[in-house]
Amino acid sequence: MSDSETAVQNLKHHFADLEQQKATSTFGMWLFLVTEIMFFGGMFASYLIYRLSYYNAWVAGSQTMEIQYGAINTAVLICSSLTMVLSVHSAKLGKRKMTAICLILTLVLGFAFLGIKGVEYYGHWVHHEVPGLNFHFEHTGNYDPRHVEIFFSLYFAMTGMHAVHMIIGAGLLTWLLIANARGRFSSEYNSPVEMVGLYWHFVDLIWIYLFPLLYLISHHHNG
Amino acid sequence: METASHSTEAKTNYLNADYGIKSWLLTTDHKRIALLYLGSITVFFFLGGFFAMLIRLELLTPAGDLVLSDTYNKLFTMHGVVMIFLFLIPSIPAVFGNFLVPMMIGAKDLAFPKLNLASWYIFIIGAGFILYAILTGGLDTGWTFYTPYSTTYSNSNVVAAALGVFITGFSSIFTGLNIIVTVHRMRAPGLTWRRLPLFIWAHYATSVIMVLGTPVLAITIVLVALERLFHFGIFDPRLGGDPLLFQHLFWFYSHPAVYIMILPSMGVMSEVIACFSRKRIFGYDFVAMSSVAIAVLGFLVWAHHMFVAGISTYAAMIFSLLTFFVAIPSAVKVFNWTATLYKGSITFETPMLYAFAFIGLFTMGGLTGVFLGAVAIDLHVTDTYFVVAHFHYVMVGGGVTGFLCALHFWWPKMTGKMYPEAFAKLSAVLVFVGFNLTFFPQFVLGYMGMPRRYHAYPPEFQVLNVMSTAGASILAVGFLMPMIYLAWSLQYGKEAGPNPYRAAGLEWMTASPPPEFNFDETPVVTWEAYNYDEIDGTKKGVEVVG
Repeated sequence: MSDSETAVQNLKHHFADLEQQKATSTFGMWLFLVTEIMFFGGMFASYLIYRLSYYNAWVAGSQTMEIQYGAINTAVLICSSLTMVLSVHSAKLGKRKMTAICLILTLVLGFAFLGIKGVEYYGHWVHHEVPGLNFHFEHTGNYDPRHVEIFFSLYFAMTGMHAVHMIIGAGLLTWLLIANARGRFSSEYNSPVEMVGLYWHFVDLIWIYLFPLLYLISHHHNG
Repeated sequence: METASHSTEAKTNYLNADYGIKSWLLTTDHKRIALLYLGSITVFFFLGGFFAMLIRLELLTPAGDLVLSDTYNKLFTMHGVVMIFLFLIPSIPAVFGNFLVPMMIGAKDLAFPKLNLASWYIFIIGAGFILYAILTGGLDTGWTFYTPYSTTYSNSNVVAAALGVFITGFSSIFTGLNIIVTVHRMRAPGLTWRRLPLFIWAHYATSVIMVLGTPVLAITIVLVALERLFHFGIFDPRLGGDPLLFQHLFWFYSHPAVYIMILPSMGVMSEVIACFSRKRIFGYDFVAMSSVAIAVLGFLVWAHHMFVAGISTYAAMIFSLLTFFVAIPSAVKVFNWTATLYKGSITFETPMLYAFAFIGLFTMGGLTGVFLGAVAIDLHVTDTYFVVAHFHYVMVGGGVTGFLCALHFWWPKMTGKMYPEAFAKLSAVLVFVGFNLTFFPQFVLGYMGMPRRYHAYPPEFQVLNVMSTAGASILAVGFLMPMIYLAWSLQYGKEAGPNPYRAAGLEWMTASPPPEFNFDETPVVTWEAYNYDEIDGTKKGVEVVG
């Protein structure tokens, strides 16, 4: 199928041309990401308020985090952002095979992240750090251990919501792979790849904030 | 310019382009999706109204004799949840916004038609969860889901109802997103921002609130569900959490949500008042910008719901001041509408009756909101019927009146048939009289100190409560009548023609009901909004409209 054919086939009836269609979907995607910021914003605001109110407990909670998992996962996600942007780039050049390879790499890195996160969650379970279900914290400092439990509640809520977004992203990548294999994208029409790319980068970016706020922030604190 | 002069001939339109249930359930036409919404929210409106009638019947007598106190708690909760999340939030944006935004800006559809259909399905799935919660034991937390009661103590179906609210929230986010993108990217050539109908400005502002506010409610509900299901300590003080945090997060959405329910009605008013005064709207820029100002200021006043909840006095003072500020853009609108009426050629068609009702009722609801925003008065009347009366004046007197106004004004456009004018006027009067009789006594009751959310009360409050229940019965008749005569008009109503009111606006320049893609040719706009002087002035010469 030639480029102009995919272009005509993919122009929806209510747009004048592909340019308007693309501008519209890009704008829509950015606006959707704004809603995502507000969604995570509720948790970031709760984190901030509780960190200020229960500072010592927050330090104690954060110091139990195993930084190597978080660091490796950060590296994994940054690499997946690179492969994602490469797949957008190859889609724009109309290189179907290269697009597929980059998408698969992104998907693999995404699953690697989720796998490492799973191992980490298992560690929390073993160490009795899951709030509500099996929480028990060796209480050593000047703070209320229930407040450490709140730290873990928010930790699980934030990283859990992030993981849900990763899983949705993996679904979107799979959908792109199928569409790409069917030859739906060309150098003229590739905005779905770009939109999923925006989403994927956004989810990475959330993690870039979660990692320092949950793991690093109290690392050198002598509490 | 297509004048649609021969549109009375049998022609394909969006209603007869295709038949069968599949053509409706799989449609991506914004006009059909609007009708899907109209059907569903009508059902929910009468369901919520049914709960309201039971509440009013219980309050007919001082003794709690009709229902148990637990049942009463469930009744007012389910009334609130159904009316707010399943009727008021989607009412005008999802029905009329959906139908009219593309038509008013000369577009063939919303920017994302499939997403639009998906938001209806999401709405129905969310509503399903709420109905499931209602049918399997109900919900008794109040529509506000306050913690720790909702996360720890309530024995009712909190999780199912909360999940329902969470899901319907996404339908609202997607509708808002669709409207914003459509207004930015799909306007017809020549239709600049300052030529947009004020209905569009109002919907734009509403959509901004939907897009920015609803996700915060969503995450709050997720946290409530985590606390209730897994005992994650976040809001429950027994687990070390802070219930005030819940209230902050909840009202961060739910106060702006009040503007989701009222701003679209304000947009309707600007259209209707200009049309039946045959005048350009007075102070177009101010009315447009006041919608934006309400959207912005609306995000800064949430803690006025928490004056007695234990926030600091200084915070209360600041939120009180900000609450007074939000009255300014609302007043700008009311004054500009009255200035539009001044020296207009006013006629009293049904939509205009509703518009008059709106101006009066919203003004009372808005002003009592300023009373409640003053900390000293709020301490006295909070959690009394004064608050109940206040928000019903805004939401029913404003929101529902605006919805009925829009329903009558654009009914000819949606269906191609006129509603019967005499019956419609009668029902408008019944709604106005019934509404005031229901809710005005509640201001008095509240000021006298009758608390809300109790199923029994001291006998000295009975006279006013009987008045209120009597008013509710009249109101119910006023709400039921349009159901009957509008259904009747589908078959027997007079043919409306493309523009029965000689109204301005692109939606009136195409056939009624509109063709599948709204316009035969994309219109080119060379005039300002509300050019009634031009329409009326050139009426005898060139046929400009209809």
